[in-house]
Amino acid sequence: MPGYSDPGFDTLALHAGAAPDPTTGARAVPIHLTTSFVFESSDHAAALFNLERAGHVYSRISNPTNAVFEQRMAALEGGIGAIAVASGQAALHLSVATLMGAGAHIVASTALYGGSQNLLHYTLRRFGIETTFVKPGDIDGWRKAIRPNTKLFFGETVGNPGLDVLDIPTVSAIAHEAGVPLLVDSTLTSPWLIKPFEHGADLVYHSATKFLSGHGTVIGGVVVDGGSFDWDGAKDAATGVGKFPELSQAYDGFHNMVFTEESTVGAFLLRARREGLRDFGACMSPHTAWLILQGIETLPLRMARHMSNTERVVQFLASQPFVSRVGHPLLESHPSHALAQKLLPRGAGSVFSFDIKGNREQGKAFIETLKVFSHLANVGDCRSLVIHPASTTHFRMSDEALAGAGISQGTIRLSIGLEDPDDLIDDLKRALKAAEKAGA
Amino acid sequence: MMELIVNGAKTYCYTGGKTFDAAKPTVVFIHGVLNDHSVWILQSRYLANHGWNVLAVDLPGHCRSAGEAPETVEQAADFIAALLDAGKVPRAALVGHSWGSLIALEAASRLKERISHLVLVGTAFPMKVSPALLDASLNEPMKALTMINVFSRSTLAAPPSVLGPGTWVYGAGMALGRRVLASNRKVNVFHRGFKACDSYANGETAVTQISCPVLFLLGAQDQMTMPKAAQGLITKAREAGKAVQVTNLPVGHHQMSETPDETLFAIRDFLGR
Repeated sequence: MPGYSDPGFDTLALHAGAAPDPTTGARAVPIHLTTSFVFESSDHAAALFNLERAGHVYSRISNPTNAVFEQRMAALEGGIGAIAVASGQAALHLSVATLMGAGAHIVASTALYGGSQNLLHYTLRRFGIETTFVKPGDIDGWRKAIRPNTKLFFGETVGNPGLDVLDIPTVSAIAHEAGVPLLVDSTLTSPWLIKPFEHGADLVYHSATKFLSGHGTVIGGVVVDGGSFDWDGAKDAATGVGKFPELSQAYDGFHNMVFTEESTVGAFLLRARREGLRDFGACMSPHTAWLILQGIETLPLRMARHMSNTERVVQFLASQPFVSRVGHPLLESHPSHALAQKLLPRGAGSVFSFDIKGNREQGKAFIETLKVFSHLANVGDCRSLVIHPASTTHFRMSDEALAGAGISQGTIRLSIGLEDPDDLIDDLKRALKAAEKAGA
Repeated sequence: MMELIVNGAKTYCYTGGKTFDAAKPTVVFIHGVLNDHSVWILQSRYLANHGWNVLAVDLPGHCRSAGEAPETVEQAADFIAALLDAGKVPRAALVGHSWGSLIALEAASRLKERISHLVLVGTAFPMKVSPALLDASLNEPMKALTMINVFSRSTLAAPPSVLGPGTWVYGAGMALGRRVLASNRKVNVFHRGFKACDSYANGETAVTQISCPVLFLLGAQDQMTMPKAAQGLITKAREAGKAVQVTNLPVGHHQMSETPDETLFAIRDFLGR
């Protein structure tokens, strides 16, 4: 390893970042459940703290098991490195907190997971960071929302749950014209469906809880740096300072380090780990990293099945008279159909929503009749899942914000798993019938 | 960091987070094609904190340094001499990787006693570049970058590296290559650097003219500069009575990122001689 060409996705999913353990010969990745790592000497200790040598000190900052997960995700995304964190929300917060402070501004898509919308709209505002929300397909809106203090563009590869596809090439070009990076949440697509860096994104994060883990067992997140964004960027004529002094100016919180000088391509990761994990502390347990790694090893196989099952279910629902709308870009009626064909040729994900022709009680009857689908607040499990977003995941959002995210009171969200597709269709068929009867 | 004016052009030198101290010995790190100072971060930070002045330079026309990108190894060697003059460095050790190793070798042969140690990392002579790769570096640079990045790596599981744990050195190599290439809008520094490697003819003479000990730091699995391709230089140096040390690391062409500690220790111990 390696050979004459870049290893393929399926190979990287199994091997990136991991080799047989040199001490024990263990072939699978060992779980390093330890808080700390013994220094060889005082000099070694000082060198590790001062970034003169690379290695592990304390598992809040780094851990060998987590490092395998981080390398593997960077490999699958086509990035330069990654940082494992406690959750997808921690990944979003770490990204934002590394790049800006009070007085900064973000331009974000309206089609976001409810928790992300909450963080941006309410919580970060309390810390002096404002966000302007733009419909993901409103290209002029992205441009018009830029302010002198804008530090970040942010969107989801496919919005949750309406599956509005983010036009990453166009939106990233607008961001780059303004000298800011594009951060993309690729949770619902995973790198098997799209590699956002190839389309112009600069930072990618995942809730690893979902498809990466794939088994509904752990909470985790990861942020990957594409290494493409020039954090030095254009300097202000008057001050000589760039847009990202957090990375391009000496940081007295860490050896007066200028991160962009330390690493031409990896300044973001340096600060995110050395400050973000150190100070905010939202680290991942090595046991969690190990479980997610088990999931990633079969990610290509699972994603292919997720997609084929989704296609069957979407076709079924679209043919049902009691269903008023199916929100999946597989269908020509979906506003993102053409964009999905271009950016997501393998499929636009297995999490989507649909509306039944009924009231709230009928929606309730539908969900409660399902037996194979589990009613819970998660997506990307190997098991099929169902939820009513307006009363659960997105319940804090106003009607206006809900509409912006493509959600109505009658919307039902499905996450299609790996079961026999005939069983999924049978389950949905029975539930639709029950819902219809409930309205009679 | 230090910014020096060399041959009239702003020249960036990473100093390992320390200020230059004339009382300390100096080591100059010279990068290879499509690289910059940042490939030496770990080694340079360590030495800067252990008694050395470090000047990890961005070669002219590369990333943070202005000036005309060198067309030949000889031009680049002249630049190193001018860099030492600009920095008022009376004597220095030279550490070069790949193309940088040829520059260091040529500079050491010209600067004689002004060079205290010479470290050639991932070196070969002649450093021929296949016509297909040379052509690709000019006409299909991204394809050529992918090829050399693969050839430079020996593992999919590098230890904690230049960015610390979690670094995917494959991707980091690609990103740095793209960045360096984009840093010079006038000249394709990829093709120019490869041409300089390919056309350098003075290696075996130069190695007989150095006045300092030389360390050959080679990668046993190096597909870019295979260890056997350095044997001619090693033999010539020994025949000329030079103090020669050869260290083989279990690694490919990117010793600094795939075996950062072993590379550091080899350089540190050699410089301590």
